[in-house]
Formats: sequence, C-alpha cells, structure tokens
Amino acid sequence: MWQVRMESNSPVHRADARVKVTLTLAFILFLNMAPHQAWPIYILFLTVLLSMILLARMSIWRVIRRTLLVTPFILAAFPLIFSGPVPHLSISIFGSDVIKYSPEGLGRFISIAVKAWLSTSAAIMLTLTTSFPDILTALAYYGVPKLFIAILGLMWRYLFIINDEVLRMMRARDSRSAVTPCTQQVGGSLFWRARVTGSMVGSLLLRSLERSVRLYAAMLSRGYNGELFTLEANALSHTERRILSLGVLLLGVLWGMSLFIGD
Amino acid sequence: MFFAPVLSRHPMHIPDGFLSLLVSIIFWMISIIVIRIALRKTNQTLDERQVPLMGVLAAAIFAGQMLNFSVTGGTSGHLLGAAIATILLGPWAAVLVMTSVVIVQALLFQDGGLLALGANIFNMAVVGVFVSYAIYTWLITLFRKQSWGMLFAGFVAAWGSIFVASLSCALQLALSGTSPANIAIPAMGGIHVLIGIGEGLITLGALAFLFVAQKDLLTTQGNIKITNKGILIGGSVIALMLTVLSPLASSHPDGLEWVAEQHGFLENAREALYEFIPDYVMPGISNPALATIAAGILGAIIVFSVAYGVARAEKRVTKGKSLRG
Amino acid sequence: MNPIIEIRGLSYTYPDGKQALHEINLTIKTGEKVALVGANGAGKSTLLLSLNGVLQGEGAVFINGIEVKRENLRYIRAMVGIVFQNPDDQLFSPTVFEDVAYGPMYQGFSKVMVQERVKQALQAVRMEDYVNRNPHHLSHGEKKRIAIATVLSMQSQILALDEPTSELDPRARRELIALLLELPQTMIVATHDLDLARQLTTRTVLLSQGRIIADDITTNILNNEILLTDHELN
Repeated sequence: MWQVRMESNSPVHRADARVKVTLTLAFILFLNMAPHQAWPIYILFLTVLLSMILLARMSIWRVIRRTLLVTPFILAAFPLIFSGPVPHLSISIFGSDVIKYSPEGLGRFISIAVKAWLSTSAAIMLTLTTSFPDILTALAYYGVPKLFIAILGLMWRYLFIINDEVLRMMRARDSRSAVTPCTQQVGGSLFWRARVTGSMVGSLLLRSLERSVRLYAAMLSRGYNGELFTLEANALSHTERRILSLGVLLLGVLWGMSLFIGD
Repeated sequence: MFFAPVLSRHPMHIPDGFLSLLVSIIFWMISIIVIRIALRKTNQTLDERQVPLMGVLAAAIFAGQMLNFSVTGGTSGHLLGAAIATILLGPWAAVLVMTSVVIVQALLFQDGGLLALGANIFNMAVVGVFVSYAIYTWLITLFRKQSWGMLFAGFVAAWGSIFVASLSCALQLALSGTSPANIAIPAMGGIHVLIGIGEGLITLGALAFLFVAQKDLLTTQGNIKITNKGILIGGSVIALMLTVLSPLASSHPDGLEWVAEQHGFLENAREALYEFIPDYVMPGISNPALATIAAGILGAIIVFSVAYGVARAEKRVTKGKSLRG
Repeated sequence: MNPIIEIRGLSYTYPDGKQALHEINLTIKTGEKVALVGANGAGKSTLLLSLNGVLQGEGAVFINGIEVKRENLRYIRAMVGIVFQNPDDQLFSPTVFEDVAYGPMYQGFSKVMVQERVKQALQAVRMEDYVNRNPHHLSHGEKKRIAIATVLSMQSQILALDEPTSELDPRARRELIALLLELPQTMIVATHDLDLARQLTTRTVLLSQGRIIADDITTNILNNEILLTDHELN
C-alpha cells in the first residue's frame, strides 16, 4: 500500500537520487507544459516512462495500477466535454434525445486525464526506486532549508512507529464494536462515533507530544544543541551529470515538439 | 458525478495535470514564502525543541488521518488536522507540520501531484491553518465566558478550515481552465460543507479529550496572546475573500476572464513560433493523425528495444553467475 | 457439552511473508482457563487476534459454533473480548466511565443499562472509585485493570488476554492475578509469565514457531524443564 522503495539492483535503483528527482520533475513539468491534445507527444512521454519502468525491472502493471487511483479526480474535468468551446456537435441517444458536446472540450478532458496518469506514474517510479532519506538528501543538496529537512527526516523516522500505534488503536476499538441480537440502534449515534474518533485523535496527539518531549531529552543528552548537520553529498560524477543533462534536454525537446502539434 | 472525489480518501489533493503551469508556479511561490517565514518564526519561539516537536507531531497527524468513523454505507469521516494542529501548536508550527504531512502524502500515496504540490500545500497548510487560527481566535475571545466556548470555537474553526480550503482548491481548478467555476465552486464547496462537519466533530472530540487530560496544552500555547496579528488578519482576509469571491466567480458561466486570456496568450506565442520555423522541418505536423501513428510506432520500437536490452543484460548476468558456480 | 472455542487447521501468514501459524488445532470448553505460552514470535498474539477476526487466516475458527468470518464478526466480537497488551491502545476516552461504556453503548443498550454494566465491570476489577478519572493519568497497573473492565462491560463469555502481567510491578501483578482468579469467564491467556500460568490456569498450550508443541495440564508442562528449555521458555 505504501509506496516505499523496493529492493532491487537495477541501474535506476542505483542511480543518484538527485538525478532521479530532477528527471522526474522535468518529466512532469515538460509534460504539463505541453498543450492539450498533443497526442503524438503524449505517446512519446509514455514511451519514456515505459522504458524507465523496464530499466528499473519493475512490473508495469504494478505502476499503472497505482495510477488508476487518481481516476476519480478526473471527473472534476468532466464538464469540459460540454462546456468547451464551440463548435458543439450533437449526438443522439435513445433515438430522439440529443446531447450537444464539444469535441474540443472532449479533447481537453482526455488530455488532462492522460497527463494526470503519466505524471502520477512518474512520481510513483521515483518513490519506488528511491528511498525517502535519499530523496531528502537530494532536496537538501538543492537548497531546501536544513531545518525543514530535519523535520521531515524525524517525521519519517517516527511514521511507521506511530502508524502501527494507530493500527493497534483501531483494532482495539473494532474488537469492542459488537452487536447483540437483542438491541436495535447499533453503533451509537453519528455524533458519538465522531466524538470517540476525536478522543482517539486527542489521545494520540497527547502521547505523541509526550513522546516528542522524551525524544528531545534523549537528543539533548546526546549533545544536540539545535545545530543541524547534514552529510555533505559528493558532487555528481561526470556520467551522472551527462545523464541528467541529456534527460532534461530530451524531455525539453519533446515539449518543444508538442508546441507544434497540440493546440 | 461530483461526489466521486469523495470516494477517494482525499478529495482536496489535486493530482498533476489539472492545474495550469501558471497557477502551479504562483502557488508554489506563495507556499515557499510562507514556509520560509514559518521556519524563521518557529526558530524564534521554539528554538531547539522545534525539530523533535514538529517531526513527531507531523508523523502523528499523518497517522491520525487514518482514524475514521463510519457515516453511512461505505463512507467514513476522516481528519485533515489543520485546525487541531493550529490549536495545539500555534499557527507557524502548524504550517510546517501540515506542509510535511502534505509532502509525504504526495510522495508515499501519490495523494496530490508534485507540480501541484505548491497549490496543495497552500490549500491545506496555509489556508487551512490561517483560517482555523482566525476563526478560533475570534470565537474564543467572543465566547470566553462560556464553558463550551473552546469546544464551539474548535468545531467552527475546523469546519471553516476545510470549507474555505475547498473553495481555494476549486478556484485553482477554475483558474486553470480545468473545471468551469460555476460547477467547481458549488460542487467542491457543497461537498466540503459536509466533510467539514466530520472534521469539526473529530476536532471537538480531540479538544474535549485534551481539555480533561491536560488542560494547559490548550491555553498556554500562548499564541493567542503573542502578536500573531498578522495571521489573524491574513486568515480572516483569506476566509472572507474566498467565501465572497466564490459565489461571484461561480455566476460566470464561462469561468473567469483570466482563463480566456491564458489560452489567448499561448495562441499568440505559438503563432510566433510557426513563423520562425517553417513547416518542412517538422514533416507530418499538418496531419496530426499521421503524427500520432508515427509516434506510436516509434514508441513501440523504443520500448521493445529497451525490454530486449534489459533481458539480454540479465541473461548475461545469470550466465556469468552460473559459470562462476 | 459443545466446545466454546474450536480451532481447526488455522494457518496465518503475514503480508510480508512470515508464516506465524501452522495448522493449529485447538478446542476449549466453557469455563476453562487456558494459558498460551511460548517465546516471542511463537504466534501467541496472532492466535488471539484470530479469535475475533482481526486477523483472518486459512482454516476455520468457531466461537460458540459460529464461524469467525466477515459477516459474523459483529456477533463474534460480543462473545470474545480481547484485552490487548498495551492499555494505551485501548483507552481513548476522557473518562474511565466513557471508556468502559464504549462496548455496551456501541451495542445500543439504553443509558440505564449502560450505567449498570459499567458499574458491574468496575466492581469486578475493584475500581468503582475511578469512574470519573481520566485514564491518561492512571498508573500502568490501574490502566490494565480498566482495560479489562472495558471488555467486561460487554459481558463476553470469553476473555482473551495478551500478556496481562507485562510491565507490572510486583504488587500490581499480584492484584491482577487475584482479580483474574475471581472472574468466571472462559479465559485464554497468552503470556511469558509462567508463574501466572501456574496460578491461574489448569491447562497450558505450548506454542513454538507457530505450532502447538504440547497441550496438557499446566503442572505437567511447567514442570518439564527440558521441554521449556527446548522452546526458549527457561
């Protein structure tokens, strides 16, 4: 369920995080900058994506499947089909009833869907091939404030612990949520259930606050004084720099081409 | 039809592809500015405590979003957490905590895109926090004498954070030309009026719990007394602007003027490019169907070549391994 | 008499691939108090969680003749009450009353009925005075007793306890054992605390690496030094 880095020895997995982060962002950026209905270019972007998935020796289905979760949001763009610019064509359904739609609007709707699916897949690829700490190092290298990186790092560290805690809390509540044949209104009122959930949140937050105080004490006793040190990452190697530039260039060219094809 | 987003766990996290480049960049810039200010402010008030505090709380809010209560049938109410974070930690720390949550959601769950991340951060970590702060502060000063004052203020602040954030989200979609304003705004707003009630109730429950367990957490955060007038004003302005602007915007059947202008601008740019580069450099362009087929064939060839190359490389490796025994 | 718990061929594999239970067969009669002992990772908690459907593996589990599967879980959970190892996971209300009342309230009992049940449950754990206290501020031992009360208020016929005496100081531990001895329900207690098993139960099941190694009278198992050492319990 959680998209964390899967162990693998593929060249993509082994590549430096900075290269992967930059290329992923470039991919998403250039794709989204391409105009609507530039179908040939979308196909080429898909080609790049599929090639990357293969190079990373991952299952294409695995990546695509995750992408489909974006689909409900696509309905937000659905009205474009009808409110798009003229001309409006009519199609008849059920014989005499006629609906007017805008082919232009339909094109835009599909373009948005395609861009959404491709962009999400690119992001999934990044997460599956790069560990979160490595992504943080890449972000630090690119100038994200150290303080913020430290917060994210600590959050990552405690995420799984606290997540397990919440799972146990939900199990415990489920175990006490039962039904007997002799009663009628089961489950209490909606308000009560919401309040109970709220209590659980409050309890979780309180214990997390206390945990953070203990953590602070532990950090202090190890000499922490507020100064943040991040390990200086090595400069990118020649090959890595070349891959990075070539990749960005290629994606940029695709975008350039799209300006002629789309509208 | 518009209730479909409700089926996804997070109807407010905009994926990539839905926002125009211009809108994405603008909101990235705004979010970055606010984050930088927040980092400075927490440095002043919290000092070395800030990293453990915000790191652990961000993890707690992220995990806490899993806690749900069933509404009807298959739907359930969830927490976003902007309001409770603001009340517990004060606005600036809450901005950083919620930003962290939104970022990790985008990376781990693909809840929200990477290009659209700036806008999502703005909606949930900036608007959500500022508006909660403003509403909570106003109401708690107003109802200071009442014993239920805090709970009421918390409920409305939480509801407001969700509702106003959803308006902001709808406006971003409308400005990008993805959804017509006269549909997006009422739809998003309408759904979130209900979702906000869930947030309000959960926040209420959390506050009630905390009030009994550790009252001082809720009063001596002291940020109500500290001059966060900036946020108070900012939050109130945002809330008012969005709530007033939205009905106005949604009465425009074509969405907003700006959208038309954006498309026009791109058209002009492209005209200029066409004149620069003659047609024969890019053959087949005049026939888009041909270009699409050509791209499809080219793409398939490339993908199969890569697949072949990878398979051969793997065979060599396994052969090498078996030879070495 | 029909067994109250019947487990047939239960196997469970965690999503990460680790197989926690292998073909467990176990029958428990009404009123029995059974200890489930084993080293860490033997599968004790997994077995307990299979009793009320939190974990669903292969094979079948029957509670009072009703199979533990999705459509029956709501009823099963009224019959089997699990007390988890960490009381913090189970106590989430602002007052003890509300925590103990959760079960019967969810079941839809009237206010009067709920109050009655809470009172009885707290009396059973000897904590009637704590009714309006905030659980967060209680000691570990007190929390453990309240956690038991939250399950007692549901009047389940079966109590399943996961490491009830863990992290208790000697006095709290003694009080807890005394309390458990007084409760009439069928009990299955997963524990490292061999002394607890000896005092509380007449039958012990020894679990190791997901399999039942021995199922016998408590004294027989606990006196068998070799058996205990072989399975890391000494």
